[in-house]
Formats: sequence, structure tokens, C-alpha cells
Amino acid sequence: MTDGRGKTTAEKIFSAHSGTDAVAGDIVVADVDFVMGQDGTSPLAIRALERMGVDKVFDPAKVAVVMDHSSPSPIEGVSALHTIMRDFGKRTGAKVYDVGCGVCHQLIPEQGHVVPGDLMVGCDSHTCTYGAVNVFSTGVGSTDGAAAMAAGKLWFKVPETMRFTLNGELPAGVFSKDIILHIAGMIGADGATYMAMEFDGPVIDALSVDARMTISNMAIEVGAKAGLMRADAKTLAWYEGRGSRTPAPVDPDADATYAVAHTLDLSALSPQVAKPHAVDNVSPIAEVEGTPIQQGFVGTCTNGRLEDLGIAAGILAGRKVHPDVRFIVAPASKQILLDAMAAGYIQTLVEAGAAVVTPGCGPCVGTHNGVPSDGENVISTANRNFKGRMGNSNAFVYLGSPATVAASVIEGRITDPRKYFTGGAL
Amino acid sequence: MKLSARAFKYGDDINTDYIISGKYKFKSTDMEAMAVHAMEELDADYYAKVKPEGGFLVAGTNFGMGSSREQAPLVLIHSNTKAILAKSFARIFFRNAINTGLPVVECDTDLIDDGDALEVDLEAGVVRNLTKGTEIPFPPLPPVMATLLADGGLVEHFKKHGGFAL
Repeated sequence: MTDGRGKTTAEKIFSAHSGTDAVAGDIVVADVDFVMGQDGTSPLAIRALERMGVDKVFDPAKVAVVMDHSSPSPIEGVSALHTIMRDFGKRTGAKVYDVGCGVCHQLIPEQGHVVPGDLMVGCDSHTCTYGAVNVFSTGVGSTDGAAAMAAGKLWFKVPETMRFTLNGELPAGVFSKDIILHIAGMIGADGATYMAMEFDGPVIDALSVDARMTISNMAIEVGAKAGLMRADAKTLAWYEGRGSRTPAPVDPDADATYAVAHTLDLSALSPQVAKPHAVDNVSPIAEVEGTPIQQGFVGTCTNGRLEDLGIAAGILAGRKVHPDVRFIVAPASKQILLDAMAAGYIQTLVEAGAAVVTPGCGPCVGTHNGVPSDGENVISTANRNFKGRMGNSNAFVYLGSPATVAASVIEGRITDPRKYFTGGAL
Repeated sequence: MKLSARAFKYGDDINTDYIISGKYKFKSTDMEAMAVHAMEELDADYYAKVKPEGGFLVAGTNFGMGSSREQAPLVLIHSNTKAILAKSFARIFFRNAINTGLPVVECDTDLIDDGDALEVDLEAGVVRNLTKGTEIPFPPLPPVMATLLADGGLVEHFKKHGGFAL
């Protein structure tokens, strides 16, 4: 702190990983604690390594490739990409998460590959998810990923930070997804471009680790490089039994310098929905209630966790999916599928009419597992609703919380889930 | 380096799904074959228009938002896009473009119309609009990125130096 000012979480993590006194705006070469790629990006990274003339990774225990976006393979081209990844694992010793293991952004923290205080990069834009467990994690392209796999380091511009202090208490039936959709609508798709976000306040404190990940996951949807939170007692409890290393939580200084600071009171927040075809095209659910839907989807790196499946099962228990609606559920990992079976959630969801697909990205990316038809509306817990995102440019994707999706698939139209939470419980 | 071509102009918030849809990017690693689908969601004729003589893709704010797919700059390169000119770029796309050797220029694109003949001088930091007879200045890339672009991208940088030499 040569200038005498306090530091943000990002500045502290970059200082520790670059051996410099890093402040926002600096360009540093920093050591990374982990590098990850998925099946849409790893093959290009592996090809880039070959073109660099590099035949090994810097530390096989710190590199993983995950088959999640198009898995199990629906076509021979994808099968060939998966083979490239398996061969890479055999050749270098890097960890391979094969078909059925789950979504990379669930597996990397769940399997303990990163711990609070880490710096990591992943070849997927939603790598920012682990900011929820105090990891500076950010998405990079395949060539950056290849360089990090080879050298164990990468160059970074230390970002400025936009702080969100979230006060109040979320109303019943309103969830962390509604918070981040509200913020996306408020600041727009480039509202935090090049910046890190920091989230704090009583609302964050009250959320589970699962629910916090939903918020950090969507930091990229406003252009941010990371979506950071403190590691508190909940975070450290979540890490018990996972993680090969001891967490080293990093808190921002009380006098840290923020580029922007927002303070919101969320006590009156209503369920939020992002309308086609932009994530920042957000409105309160009242404005879209009644819109007919033909498909519902609960899953993804945003909302495919145990708590999400539990919320959906709670609403659907003893009820049926509307006969004109397909309802697809993709648990975010094999462990979540097992836990959801043990909790009875999967039984409940299937009895209600859900089609449960392989742990992974499900239909989010338009490669398999539920491509909508022309003119259809989809209500989804995913993080993106761009035209064509789910594989059909003539379909319309709405984004909401697992509760909003569950309530909507029962009635066949977008439905406010709060009626299932009267009295504060299901 | 001076580049010359016509401008092909689009709007704000062009995301990487529009540059190359997820439904194509998983099919192979053959970028030449994939390039025919470049920008398809916004302009089905992009490849046919740009490939023969090359072009500059000109856009508004937040170009390249969304996914980290490096296929986005690669299909633009393979469709003969010489550079991207935009008011602002999304972070991951910006890095990917530099790493793959595609010049990115942050400038006031309100001063460019579709079809204008442009000359981009990367060293001088100026876009010359030959159609309008105007000049649009832009700030030079930071040294780290200029080095990577001058080396022909990150792979070539690694081959040349055996690792990071920044």
C-alpha cells in the first residue's frame, strides 16, 4: 500500500499472486492456482499448446478439462472433440471429468480444486462463479488457457472494483437469481465491463453458498471480470472435507478504493424475469405474467445446485407439469444428482412430469437435451437468453429463478411463485 | 501496420453467440469451415460479403460480450475480417482477439457509415475515413498487448520466447 490507501479483494489477490504491490490499472504477470477448460474450449487450447510446442502442463494436479456442454456426445464431431480431451488427460496427467460428472463450474469448487484466496482462470466465461467462495476466478479464451496450462501464470490487468452492498431481507419467494437479474437490468450488459464486482451486506450474509454462486455466476452478464464475496463461516463450513489446500480468505480493506459503490435495499424486491433476447432486458414478473410457455428448464451453472432442485421440488410436490409443457431438469453434478435423490427431490420432480437429463449444461447452450421449436417460449434458470442460444433462432428464452420456473411449468404460462410461499414457507 | 478495406457496420452489444452460434462451435475445430456461419444471427450474408476482398467489422458499444469462445475472433479472421472497430469491447473477446492476432480498435464509430472505405494505421493510432475525408484518432494498445499483437498472437509469442516475455 505504497499510496497509503486500502485495497480491494482483487488488488490483494493480484498482489499476493504477482509478488507486487498491485493496484487497479496495473498490468501484472501472476501465478494461477488452477486452470480449467470445457468441451467447447479445451480442444482449441490443446491445439494451441501443440502449436506452442508444449507437451506437458505446468502441474497436472492444477489442470482439469470437463465434458459438460455437449455431453454425452450427440454427434460424431463432438465425439472427436471429447477424444482429444481424453487423450490430453492421458498424455499430461491433467484431470478429466468425463460424461456425466457435471458442469465445470460446479465441479471445480465442489471437488475442492480451488479454495478461498486463490487466483484461477477457466476457458469459459462463467468461471467467475467461484467469486462466491472468495476465489478470484475469471473466464479466458483457449489460447490464454493454453498459456496458463503451460506456464502456470498469465498476464492480467488489475481491475477496478464496483461494490454492491445489499441491505434488508429478501421476501419469501424471492431468491438470489432475482437479485442478480435486478442488478443486470439496473446497470446493463456492459455496466461493469473490465471491473471486478464485490458483493456484501446482510442479504449476502443470509444466503447459502449455493445461492451466492448464482450471483457471482452472472457477474459476466454485466461485463465484469469477477464477482467476489468474502469467505465467512458458511464458506469455511462448506469447505470442510473438500479442498487439497487450506483456505486463505482475503477480505477487502475497510478503506479500499472503489470505482463505484451501490447500496440497495432488497426488502421489497419481487421475482425478476429477463425477457428475450438480452439478459439486461429485465422486468418485475408482474409485467410478463401470463406469457404462455412450451418448455421449462431448471439447471446450469447458475441454478442447477441442490438448493435449486429443492426449491423446484417443493413447489411441484403433489402437483403436475402442465400437459402442454416439457420440463427438463439437469442437476449440475453427479454429486448433486445423488444428494437430490437421497433428499427425494428427483422422485418428486419426475412424478410431477420432469425429464431429468445427464448432469451437465443440459439444453442451455443449444447443443442437445431440448432445443425448442420455432415460435416457442422457454422459461429457464440459465444465465443467457440471446437469440439462438438454445439452438433455435426462432425461439424465445425468458430467465428466472428455479421457483419462477417451477411455478410456470405447472400453469403453462409465466407465473409469480410467491403464492407458494405464503407464510414464508412452502 | 496499415490496413485498408470497406466498413461493414452493425450495432451495440453484439454477443459471441451472434458471432458464432453454440450450435456450430461444438462441431469441429475447423475454423475455415465454421467461418461461413460468422455473424449469421445478425447478417446471414456476412461471409459472402466480406470474404472476397476483406473488410472491417464496425460496431457500437460492448462488442463481443458473452461467452469466452475463441471461435469468435477465429471465424472473423477466417472470413477475412481485417480488424474490429468498436466504441468499446467486452473483456474476454478483447483478449482473445489480441491473442489470436486480430486487431481491435476502440474509437468513435459514429463517424463511420456502412460501406465507407477506411484505412487503419495501428502504429499512428488513426482511422482514416477515405470516403468522408476525415480522421478518427484512437489510443494505442498498452505495451503488453501491442507486443503480443506484433508477435502475431500469444502462440507465436510463446514459440518465439519459450514462454511469457512481457
